[in-house]
Amino acid sequence: MLVLVLVVPVACAVVCGIAPWRRALGWLGTASASAVLVLGVALAASVVHGPAVTGMAGILRADALSAFMVVVIGVIAVLATWQGVRYLDGEIAAGRCTPRHASLYAVLVQAFLATMLLAVLAANLGVLWVAVEATTIVTTFLVGHRRTRTSLEASWKYIVICSVGIALAFLGTVLVYLAALHVGGQGPNPLDWTALVRESHQLDPGVMRLAFALLVLGYGTKVGLAPMHSWLPDAHSQAPAPVSALMSGVLLTVAFYAILRFKVIADGALGPPFARTMLVIVGLLSLLVAASLLLTQRDYKRMLAYHSVEHMGLIALGAAAGTPLAIAAVLLHVLGHGLAKGVLFLASGEVLLTEGTSEIERVPALLQRRPLLGGIFGFGLIALLGFPPFSLFVSELNMLRAEFQVGLGWAAAVSLVCMAVIFAAVMSHGRHLLLGRDQGDRRLPTVALVAVPLIGGLVGCAFIGISAWPLQPLLHAAAGIVAP
Amino acid sequence: MTGATYASVLGLAASVVLLAAVATLWRRSLHAIVRALAAQGVALAGVAAVLGLHHHDPGLLVVALLVLGAKAVVIPLLLTRVVHVDPTSRETQPLVNVPASLVAAGALTFLAFAASRAVTALVPTTAGRLIPIGLAAMLVGFFALVTRRKAVSQIVGVLLVDNGVALVAFLATAGVPLLVELGASLDVLLAVIVLQVLAIQLRSRLGSFDLDQLTELHD
Repeated sequence: MLVLVLVVPVACAVVCGIAPWRRALGWLGTASASAVLVLGVALAASVVHGPAVTGMAGILRADALSAFMVVVIGVIAVLATWQGVRYLDGEIAAGRCTPRHASLYAVLVQAFLATMLLAVLAANLGVLWVAVEATTIVTTFLVGHRRTRTSLEASWKYIVICSVGIALAFLGTVLVYLAALHVGGQGPNPLDWTALVRESHQLDPGVMRLAFALLVLGYGTKVGLAPMHSWLPDAHSQAPAPVSALMSGVLLTVAFYAILRFKVIADGALGPPFARTMLVIVGLLSLLVAASLLLTQRDYKRMLAYHSVEHMGLIALGAAAGTPLAIAAVLLHVLGHGLAKGVLFLASGEVLLTEGTSEIERVPALLQRRPLLGGIFGFGLIALLGFPPFSLFVSELNMLRAEFQVGLGWAAAVSLVCMAVIFAAVMSHGRHLLLGRDQGDRRLPTVALVAVPLIGGLVGCAFIGISAWPLQPLLHAAAGIVAP
Repeated sequence: MTGATYASVLGLAASVVLLAAVATLWRRSLHAIVRALAAQGVALAGVAAVLGLHHHDPGLLVVALLVLGAKAVVIPLLLTRVVHVDPTSRETQPLVNVPASLVAAGALTFLAFAASRAVTALVPTTAGRLIPIGLAAMLVGFFALVTRRKAVSQIVGVLLVDNGVALVAFLATAGVPLLVELGASLDVLLAVIVLQVLAIQLRSRLGSFDLDQLTELHD
């Protein structure tokens, strides 16, 4: 079953690459994403109470944490590929996109899904690294898909900064390998995560300290944690909306998943304080950066991008607390943020397509002119700011509670102040976008094709906020893996 | 190979990796910078080959061949193609001038020796003692990346960081498992291809390799 999860998007990429472009291929992408989601749910059902599943001669392994991430990837991918059909329609109609270019887009999106899935299903931490690095390569062309000067600039910064960051993560992985070899981890696979966790208390603390610091810096670059976040607002604002949704909604958290895996090993070798300190530092820095830069944003896509920096900071703080409650909340936040941010990026893509600008100033009174799209945007912002009934409310509350429990109350207090500033900033931008004064009569209906997945995403986010029952056992099992 | 020859050949190859990194700071012609990168690739393959012979590890010899092919031949060729798009382009005005850059490289080397004490303590072998050289090469790569302003020199900076990390990996653990090594090499190669395509597109958009012109996206 593990192999099948990877084969589906790869096969879809091959078909999209070979067959001449037609619109149905866009829907094939959605079908592939749905298949991944179904397989992810089946996987989750089989590992939630049972042992982990392995596949492909031990290269792949799925426990509750991996299965949860597969489900998250699947959910956001369904939304993004659905909207992708609309994006390509718009680009082809505007003459900016040739059929060959559309095929390239479809192939790369599927390859992007496959690399993320490989990252969360890898048993070996080296393979995890290879997969995360591959996501950078695949997404660079997607960021630059519109081939404008600004999108070219964004892709250049993106690949240069992320390649260097990920090189640091490789050095960290090598040091972990060195520490494992030193305690006689001669097994068939010294970089195997389960083996490393088993031996973690014997690993050399000096080397592990250096290694974990490098890993947080390296993978943190891909997570978009400050101070290595500078590529994020550029790349997320320039990429086509469905790609932004995937990058912001899941790619960031797939990189964070890597940090979580290493945190288990570091906690074993060094005790929890070291990882906690590292994560608190990068988490608070991210919140401060996001709060100060959100105040002056003029571009709604960049506003959403900085909002991702904030949420990654919150997740890092939650992981720093590290109790089972905190980790369960972190994972719920991963899903809730993915859904809300995915919906908002997709909605912003629709706004950009029809209004032709991403400046907040020039898109006023959305709610009056386009009630449906404006409503989706408004509810998305409400979800993202952590209001009930959306799940981000529950997860933020539980993360804060856990932080107070482990004596990180001061960090929680700082994060609350930052969240208040961000709340004010986003509300004022949002008020202009949604209410503002209508300067013309540019009224446009919203296509059902666009509205259905977006409303679906928001309803899903509210549903898991009100009743987490379908997820409860899975979250519990996954949290037990990170915080035993 | 006797112990003494092994130690001196390994030390020589590792030092060439660092010297080649410093040479990229010293030269202004983009052609010369790419040649220095190729030389670094050869030296890195040399390190892998010497370790492979010493440990009688055929897997590592295969890796050495791979490194030679990718980092000493294919990647420099790809970069030469970029340089040929605009052969008159030179690194005329780096943010830090050449003499100051060379002093900085010296300081970074000291830093590397200081920072890697925990690691060298764990690997008290001939190879282990050379680990700081790999870190130094990596730090020089960082320095090139933040102070050099041409697209080609930035790609070289990324590769210097990568080669420095690879050198540490060879010296510390005699190479990561073959599967990971293969995946990592493939990733680097693909990344360079992507960077090459982007650099050529940038050149046709901006009229030069100058990254100072990349200022449209800001807050």
